[in-house]
Amino acid sequence: MNIAMILDMAAEAFGERVAVVSGEHRYTYAELRVLAQRLAASLKHSGAGHLALLDVNSPAAPVAIFAAAYAGIAYVPLNYRLTRAEINELIDRIAPATLIVNPETRALVDARADVRLLDRADVLASAATDPVAIEAPEDPRAVAVQLFTSGTTGKPKAAILRHENLMSYIVGTVEFAAADEDDAILVTVPPYHIAGISAVLSSTYACRRMVQLENFEPSAWLAACARECVSNAFIVPTMLSRIVEHLGDAPAALPKLRALAYGGGKMPQSTIERAMRLFPQVDFTNAYGLTETSSTIAVLGPDDHRAAAASEDPAIRRRLGSVGKPTAAVEIEVRDEGGRVLGPEEAGLVFVRGGQVSGEYLALGSQLDGDGWFPTRDRGYTDAEGFLFLDGRADDVIVRGGENISPGEIEDALLSHPAVADAAVVAMPDEQWGEAVAAAIVLKAGANASVAELQECVKQRLRSSRVPQAIVFKEALPYNELGKVLRRVIRQEFVQAASIAA
Amino acid sequence: MSNTVLNVVLKAGARFKSAVCDAQVMVIKAPPGEHSLACGGAAMLAAAATAPADATLDPALAGETLIGKRYVNADESLELLCTKGGKGTLVLDGTPLEIKQAKQLPSSD
Repeated sequence: MNIAMILDMAAEAFGERVAVVSGEHRYTYAELRVLAQRLAASLKHSGAGHLALLDVNSPAAPVAIFAAAYAGIAYVPLNYRLTRAEINELIDRIAPATLIVNPETRALVDARADVRLLDRADVLASAATDPVAIEAPEDPRAVAVQLFTSGTTGKPKAAILRHENLMSYIVGTVEFAAADEDDAILVTVPPYHIAGISAVLSSTYACRRMVQLENFEPSAWLAACARECVSNAFIVPTMLSRIVEHLGDAPAALPKLRALAYGGGKMPQSTIERAMRLFPQVDFTNAYGLTETSSTIAVLGPDDHRAAAASEDPAIRRRLGSVGKPTAAVEIEVRDEGGRVLGPEEAGLVFVRGGQVSGEYLALGSQLDGDGWFPTRDRGYTDAEGFLFLDGRADDVIVRGGENISPGEIEDALLSHPAVADAAVVAMPDEQWGEAVAAAIVLKAGANASVAELQECVKQRLRSSRVPQAIVFKEALPYNELGKVLRRVIRQEFVQAASIAA
Repeated sequence: MSNTVLNVVLKAGARFKSAVCDAQVMVIKAPPGEHSLACGGAAMLAAAATAPADATLDPALAGETLIGKRYVNADESLELLCTKGGKGTLVLDGTPLEIKQAKQLPSSD
């Protein structure tokens, strides 16, 4: 078993179909396989233990994923937004390696004898040359992909995904050649994110044309959708927020767009509601997944979206904020701190089990329990019909005098205030309670709200223990490039403020 | 037909190829124990094996196996994914396999 089989099948069945489009460049599935096999042959000669990529979205990403698979080594896409020092530390952890660079990223890499640099342009040159026959090794336990997680503290962890994990995900959730001839998916997530990996594998197995955008920007996204007759897209919530803002009240004129999947963070309910109005013909899917689970483990499908949006029943309406139900390929449980499996409406920790779940890091080993369950460290609960709702990360819970407080509901309360544009709630050190509730607030342009007024706003909706003890006003909250709010940065500011005050 | 009785243990992830046509399969799931897996009237071979020179496609078992389709037995305890199409019909323990209905899945990435 080897994920190279995915490309073999696509090239066998639809070799002449366009696999990937990037600007003016187009490669068919047959050409993609030639490029991947040719690179694999050179990797085998080089003795590289890893094939790394330091590049924006480009056809080199799918070529590299499959080339590493054919060569039987791990593919390691690196985050090009890291600092030079961080990038070189990661390279040190994967040497000896071959590293694909572009002219800009080449300048970020310190020269060393055990790392061979390959220019992206050379990797992609002359796809029309004769194929180099290469047999992919069949070890299902071999590592296919290694992803460095962003890690809130200390060194980034190296999550590993084996061929059997990724193959289980693809075969369990995608139907081969499901795409129509004219279908195309617009890929905007960066190659070093798990969604960037699964986009390549899923699209290739579905034989769906991938249209790549180097950097997300709403007008460029809309233009690419129109130009390439895009039928499908995956975006993170901030991207959808920006698209919706960009459109204003004018419905998007994208008649070919059929399906929009989103994930990678919490979707504001107002954003998805507006998006459904602006794209009435589009099927929306919320996909919940983690790096350690080879991507998607739960899905809120198009029918669920429409039923929730149309319902007057608050219990159904709130499902627009749910991540849906487990896919057929995995099982999900919510457990309490002691490991007891919880029933509907009881909040606890989310666990997942299935062939696609690797739950494994280099050096740290497998995090699965004896029965194969992986602790996601996400908090959540299900409703009576099994829809899963997430409630933040276990690490973000505020423990105030022994009481567990989740930031999410307080943020929702603060966001309901008309003057509030953005809000993040974190723990703050407190002598009396151990931890206290603190909030960072961004006000809407020209709007005003006092600390007392915002505290009152929370008090009216939630228990008094939820009222933020400290509130600071900021120009903007810190986000990572995929729109995840950086709570540790905000937490750190409150820690410093507290130590100055003391 | 004599070479169809070769019994093998089918393990998830294992790959087999037809001795008489281009068909190749990967085991998705399999019942325990030994079974005879054939295609086009001849026992299927391990991916790396060489087909015997005298093996020929049985016209009665040339119903075609299609790339990307999943093939199952009656109780769906066996599921194979066809990774390369071929002319032969897939047969487990003497009974032809059926195409499994495609799942309707929303595209999630």
